[in-house]
Amino acid sequence: MRKERFTISIFTEDIVGILNRVTIMFTRRKINVESIAASESEIKGIHRYTIVITETEDLVKKLVLQIDKQVEVVKAVYHIDSEIVYQEIALYKVATSILASGGKAERIVRAHNARVLSVEIEFTVLEKTGHKDETQQLFEELEPYGILEFVRSGRVAITKPMRTLDSIVKGLEDLVEK
Amino acid sequence: METKEIKNKVRKEQQLMTGAQAVVHSLIAEGVDLMFGYPGGAIMPVYDALYDVQDSLTHVLTRHEQGATHAAQGYARATGKVGVCIATSGPGATNLITGIADAQIDSTPMVCITGQVASHLLGTDAFQETDVIGISMPVTKWNFQVTRAEEIPMAIAKAFYIARTGKPGPVLVDITKDAQFGEVAFNYVPFKGMRSYVPTPALEMDSLTKAAALINTAKKPFILFGQGVVLSGAEEEFKTFIEKTGIPSAWTILGLSALNSDHYLNVGMLGMHGNYAPNKMTNECDVLIAIGMRFDDRVTGDLSRYATQAKVVHLEIDPAEIDKNVKTDVAVLGDAKETLEELTKIVDQREHAEWLAEFRALEQEEIDTVINEELSPKSDVMTMGEVIHQINEVSDQKNIFVTDVGQHQMIACRYAKFKQSRSMITSGGLGTMGFCLPAAIGAKMGMPNSQVIGIIGDGGFQMTIQELGTIFQCKTAVKIVVLNNEFLGMVRQWQELFFDKRYASTEMVNPDFQTIVKGYGIATKKVIERADLESSVKEMLAHDGSYFLEVMVGKENNVFPMVPTGASVSEIRLK
Ligand SMILES: Cc1ncc(C[n+]2csc(CCOP(=O)(O)OP(=O)(O)O)c2C)c(N)n1
Repeated sequence: MRKERFTISIFTEDIVGILNRVTIMFTRRKINVESIAASESEIKGIHRYTIVITETEDLVKKLVLQIDKQVEVVKAVYHIDSEIVYQEIALYKVATSILASGGKAERIVRAHNARVLSVEIEFTVLEKTGHKDETQQLFEELEPYGILEFVRSGRVAITKPMRTLDSIVKGLEDLVEK
Repeated sequence: METKEIKNKVRKEQQLMTGAQAVVHSLIAEGVDLMFGYPGGAIMPVYDALYDVQDSLTHVLTRHEQGATHAAQGYARATGKVGVCIATSGPGATNLITGIADAQIDSTPMVCITGQVASHLLGTDAFQETDVIGISMPVTKWNFQVTRAEEIPMAIAKAFYIARTGKPGPVLVDITKDAQFGEVAFNYVPFKGMRSYVPTPALEMDSLTKAAALINTAKKPFILFGQGVVLSGAEEEFKTFIEKTGIPSAWTILGLSALNSDHYLNVGMLGMHGNYAPNKMTNECDVLIAIGMRFDDRVTGDLSRYATQAKVVHLEIDPAEIDKNVKTDVAVLGDAKETLEELTKIVDQREHAEWLAEFRALEQEEIDTVINEELSPKSDVMTMGEVIHQINEVSDQKNIFVTDVGQHQMIACRYAKFKQSRSMITSGGLGTMGFCLPAAIGAKMGMPNSQVIGIIGDGGFQMTIQELGTIFQCKTAVKIVVLNNEFLGMVRQWQELFFDKRYASTEMVNPDFQTIVKGYGIATKKVIERADLESSVKEMLAHDGSYFLEVMVGKENNVFPMVPTGASVSEIRLK
């Protein structure tokens, strides 16, 4: 089976240690996590992790079931790229001097629709939101001019299927004995 | 009234107590009357609270925390109740890990309580601080650190609920010392469930119907059953189901004893050292019905050549087990008891006499080439099998067997006879040497009226031999049989077969076990000659208290049949 990129969304109770419990499921199978993002979800008290890995679907299916069965994991699901809308954010710190108006670097920044977040005498911080290949493209084009610091966030993703977390949680809550 | 008296009265009315007292009262509220453990600094407040409730809650002092976990496991597996063990922080907590890992892989309900350094010291490398939450996370079903007294009743209620429901497993509650000293208004509310944990998936009629259709049209159906049948208490439903469908049924070593040994549809043991027929027939059947088992690699051998001809039906409580190792055609999620009850209603009454006869023919082959020689050897050298056989012969076969890990374990599983469920307690998934002695103690304490017989190798015996002290102190009337081959037998067998007989570090120069055991005040006997075997086994079984029987068996005997690693089940070797 071919390896593909999968985005795994894991919804958990908001408690200490659950991230560890989740990542153990990856490390014990020696799966490299390409990116991870953690945040709140639309429901109070439920956190979500977005984890990107490249593996066969067969393995991802088993992995996600093993994550899903962890107590305090509310739900775990996986998607391929076409089933989600996703973004990453990248920040670039460059010397302010390279961005002189009309210069080549300035044109690159403009062409990429990157945002200027902060301008200091010595350096400027640029922001570009997009898919990895886009933020990477900007990185490569700016590289000859010198990038002083670079960081890219983990992928965050919203799923296209319309089943809401709220309905899933309600369904699960109905199962609990009153 | 004096102010002090008033204060005490108020305390009582509000059920104010220390966190440590809340721990023991929570345990009592959960119906715990027996627990195993070992004290130390960080858990001393709880021990102090135990002192006051000795009438309702007995604490058994094992000689090592690993022993406490295995004893709790033995107790849990014999009784079906949750096993409880307790230890201090640091080394006490780390000593629990082997037993927890064993309980995790064998789905044994267990609650472990550990003391922890005071909360303000967490993360500072304080004396006897160890991150037991981190360490135990991969091997627990759930764990939780309590840092405030008022969290205790809820944490323990939740722990018991999670340990025993769904697919059972071990949980750990780590309690900081300040939480044990803190004050809580005690109010115990049993835990009812949580949205992020669905213990038992709902039964789907659709998959049941599909399963029934496959079963009803099968020409050569074959059932594999595991511990799921025992854990859900579905022994009767299982028996009814197989009797109606007439399907030959084979067991994993954790499913062993769920079906009487002499049942006409019981066709024996699966796996690496299992019986010839069920391994061979796995690759002959047309419908394979797995019930409460998880296709462990010791059962399946090479997966790419495992039952590829068969349609697979899997009855299972844990969705993560479906398709994990073997692709299923029909998965029926749910608790085995309910699933089997419903399934039995919609399957046809059938017989598979010819198919069953095929099993019996292969069984005969195994009897002729392996079993007869193992149970009644022509040579003077004693075998492990004849010892087990002797126990079968002279007992009512209502014993609870507990085994360690190695050749004797496989022999005990192969040859011990059973007339009731929950009678084989063995470390299956983890294969933990040292399991038997403490587990047998726990089983005997849980089932004081049963004959509990531990079967151990001379290697594994020495891994937890200190638990003889527990037997001595508690006067536990457990029977211990050491099958002494003066080798780490199972490893030696592999060295013989696959490593050119290069016996690297498997020969054991043993001390005189008789002298050691006598030191613990345990009745003991050593059998060197066959002539003494029968009378000694009888003496052991008839003895009122604990009894140690050491039998000198062939040093280089092997366990057969065998499915070598990497081979297919159908390539099982008779010699
Ligand atoms: C804790 C632990 N360490 C190592 C092993 C590997 N191992 C499996 S069987 C075995 C030999 C057991 O020897 P013994 O207890 O004498 O039993 P026998 O096989 O001779 O019946 C060993 C070392 C194990 N299962 N558990």
